[in-house]
Amino acid sequence: MTTTTERAVGQPIGRIEGPDKVRGTARYAAEYQVGDDLAYAWVAQSPVARGTLTGVTVDPLVEADDVLAVLWHGNAPRLGAADDPELAVLQSDRISYRGQALALVVARTLEAARRAAATLSLEIDEEPHDCVLRTEHPDLYTPEKVNPAFPSETTSGDVEAAFAAAPVTVDVTYRTPPLHNSPMEPHATTALWANDDLVLYDSNQHPPGVAAAVATVFELPPERVHVITEHVGGGFGSKGSARPNAVLAAMAARVTGRPVRLALPRQALFSMVGHRTPTIQRVRLAASSDGHLTAIDHLAVSHTSRLFEFAEQTAVSTRHMYAAPNRRTGHRLVRLDMPTPRWMRAPGEAPGMVALECAMDELAVALELDPIELRVRNEPTVEPESGVPFSSRHYVECLRRGAERFGWGDRDPRPKQRREGDWWIGTGMAGATYPTMAQPSTARARRLPSGDYEVSIAATDLGTGARTILTQIAADALGVPVSQVRVRIGDSTLPKASVAGGSSGSASWGWAVTGACQALRSNSSSDEAVFDSTELVQKQEKDGKHAFGAHFAEVRVDAVTGEVRVSRLFGMYAAGRILNPRTARSQFLGGMIMGMGMALHEEAVLDPAMGTWVNHDLAEYHVPAHADVESVEAEWLEEQDDQINPMGSKGIGEIGIVGSPAAILNAVWHATGVRVRDLPARLDKILPHL
Amino acid sequence: MKTFTYRTATDVSQGLEPGATFLAGGTNLVDLMKLGVATPDVLVDVTRLGLDEVGDRPGGGLRIGAGVRNSDLAADPRVRRDYPVLSQALLAGASGQLRNMATTAGNLLQRTRCRYFMDATMPCNKHDPGSGCPAREGDHRNLAILGASPSCVATHPSDMAVALAALDAVVRISGPAGERTVPVTELHRLPGDTPDRDTVLEHGELITAVDVPPLGFAARSAYRKVRDRASYAFAVGSIAAAAQVDDGTVTDVRLAFGAVAHKPWRAFVAEEALRGQPATRESFLTAADAELAAAEPLRDNAFKIALIRNLVASVLEGLS
Repeated sequence: MTTTTERAVGQPIGRIEGPDKVRGTARYAAEYQVGDDLAYAWVAQSPVARGTLTGVTVDPLVEADDVLAVLWHGNAPRLGAADDPELAVLQSDRISYRGQALALVVARTLEAARRAAATLSLEIDEEPHDCVLRTEHPDLYTPEKVNPAFPSETTSGDVEAAFAAAPVTVDVTYRTPPLHNSPMEPHATTALWANDDLVLYDSNQHPPGVAAAVATVFELPPERVHVITEHVGGGFGSKGSARPNAVLAAMAARVTGRPVRLALPRQALFSMVGHRTPTIQRVRLAASSDGHLTAIDHLAVSHTSRLFEFAEQTAVSTRHMYAAPNRRTGHRLVRLDMPTPRWMRAPGEAPGMVALECAMDELAVALELDPIELRVRNEPTVEPESGVPFSSRHYVECLRRGAERFGWGDRDPRPKQRREGDWWIGTGMAGATYPTMAQPSTARARRLPSGDYEVSIAATDLGTGARTILTQIAADALGVPVSQVRVRIGDSTLPKASVAGGSSGSASWGWAVTGACQALRSNSSSDEAVFDSTELVQKQEKDGKHAFGAHFAEVRVDAVTGEVRVSRLFGMYAAGRILNPRTARSQFLGGMIMGMGMALHEEAVLDPAMGTWVNHDLAEYHVPAHADVESVEAEWLEEQDDQINPMGSKGIGEIGIVGSPAAILNAVWHATGVRVRDLPARLDKILPHL
Repeated sequence: MKTFTYRTATDVSQGLEPGATFLAGGTNLVDLMKLGVATPDVLVDVTRLGLDEVGDRPGGGLRIGAGVRNSDLAADPRVRRDYPVLSQALLAGASGQLRNMATTAGNLLQRTRCRYFMDATMPCNKHDPGSGCPAREGDHRNLAILGASPSCVATHPSDMAVALAALDAVVRISGPAGERTVPVTELHRLPGDTPDRDTVLEHGELITAVDVPPLGFAARSAYRKVRDRASYAFAVGSIAAAAQVDDGTVTDVRLAFGAVAHKPWRAFVAEEALRGQPATRESFLTAADAELAAAEPLRDNAFKIALIRNLVASVLEGLS
């Protein structure tokens, strides 16, 4: 008889699919063998930012033997109305951004499809475009709500009076550039029709959501679309919903009667699948001379496309971070001739906390107060704008414990004091926060004849360890070792799961898995149990639930060149119960390193005249290289929270990128006395002021 | 990607048919073919011509075969001992995997990383003569401050070429019309109104070797590369330097700048200004200013003047 003495949750178990990935046997969307008549598709993208497509001419001599179809709005099958206008591919003559899909070539070989696409004549009536985000743009407007459903504006107290009366104020504008998700695995779909059923091998973060969206577009019952997503090579939000590749591949398969594969080239990921909007943020802080905030005012300006209103919730994290009697947050949008922005790791929080946490650092300097102490003095007792008590909040503990572990204590607060050789050295810190969410999901647990258990849910594993963690959760709920649990995910026909987004996957799916496994365990007369968490999730209080953390950075700035290097990056988190320290650590570190990229490297460079970003591969769009990552460490506090989900876990996938860029920017100031308020902090912005 | 044919070269002087191009490591050409920027009809593989040795030259110096891989050249004990600037420049470039493939001649002949050149859907006088240069008004933060023209503000991306320019290296060339030699400093052209031509090579001419003459004081030489991240990025500015300092006086010096022009920029003016001068930071800065007086920065790349100036002073101080 087997008894388990040690709980699986909390153990540093390695990724279950790790060996498959290392051996190359793990299959991704563009790797499935689906018959010997597989065709390949290639997208012809718009070379202009605005206009109309009046015709497409095919050179009949180019790859004539191999080209099976050339689709554009003049001949493409009509699609049903999509919730996301980016999915209405090849349906209209309107061109809304440079890089938009205008035509699709389907051919027997990838090479033929690519070459034929390059030689298509696209007849276009070009119109003047506008791609530049600016605070004085005449078309700025206040959206009704910001993502996903927050009020666009909030206000309490008398902000202007508080500023007029305050002895110390800060009024600063921070700019963050457009950023691109650029996961290692490009967006890809292999599509085939089996009678009237559509099968998609698709790289995404939400198989049931993709199935539903594609079913709507092709006017099918959702159960007729089968999405298989066994492994995903990253998404960072850009695969959170069906992307044009899924619809294009399905359309091509329908027209040609063959299975069709469409893997977007790297360059297309910089237009067709979403990006993080640029932001221009004005933050004003007013404080008493002893460092108590009397007013906070945060206004964020971002762009969206002509196709779709995507309203980044940039100032929302400011609503629950610090106490202040007078407060105001707001958002403005402008529609530009640009691709539609979408989610990118910590949408809202990542750019918003750059402005807030750098402004707090500037306030600490103005007050001659330690930046940690300033934050401690403004710790709220309840969530400031909702008035709801926090389910748990250990922000101050993260600040204190993090400071101790990092060695903050003997810091000279003055800038540009420490020099070693050619290097100016400085340290900085910033707070971190991310909402704790759960979404309704359903899981099924089965007792197999072998005595093992199968647990099924239509979740995905983006490489984060979701499959492993669900196995641990199921093992504990069943009271068996992990070796007796097989978790099935990555298939839309399994019980319905929520999206792998908002750092909510483990909480949402784990909740359903726990329910199903407990039900099975408590009912020995049945070999199967299904649990739907919808009711429990919906009646949960949504406000007051967040993870918190603190980031610390030590940088050195070359006095000769202005080059910035991050010598140390440290994160201390309070994020509920950590389900698997090994995969959790990877999540935290990955977020922090991405935060380093946001602070120092990443930027989509706009050419206003050409109407597009001119860097669109990983040679020119820089993310940190291995050599940029010197010492990076993450630790966490034990935090118990019984108000969030059965596991007591908080989302950890995104908090690492929240505040880490600000910690680095604050350290750059401390090293050099140079405030870079226009990200990324590259040498050309620093060198002239050294 | 355009369909092409492939053959191997059997002789250094056989030349090329129209539409053909030489292929060595392929680390730049193949990328450009995938991007539709290079569209050769025929690839002629030169990696089997046996040009892959580093040899001693009678009287001193090295003869570096055109096909010697960058990683092998960087690791060569003679290079490390006698020309550390060259080894450092090679190791500052690309990644281990790329250096294992890239060759000496291919490195010299790599094309600009100007973002408009690299994108076949953009106008660019270099890949589509007469179509215009959007970089001058658009993205040019990392483009030229010296020797540019209204037609083109591209920079040459090589690190190795900057070191070779400083070392007075000479390129040996073979072709149907015979053999000739060209100093590395004269191999690359300034763009003028024909920026589609990167070098003085005629169609069908093949680089067979690079000769590096003896230069005793090059044993004290250095390459310093500045870039936007710690590794795997092209230079934002770089310098190659060698200096002979006797009793506090600069008696001889070699200096070249990278990422500032359409070619590796040998700083002859600065060198002349330095010879015989005291080896002080003040002299180094004066010499740098003399060279950079010709700079014509664009809206977003004036920082390169200060950057190169600082590099000259810092690296020469290190060598003094």
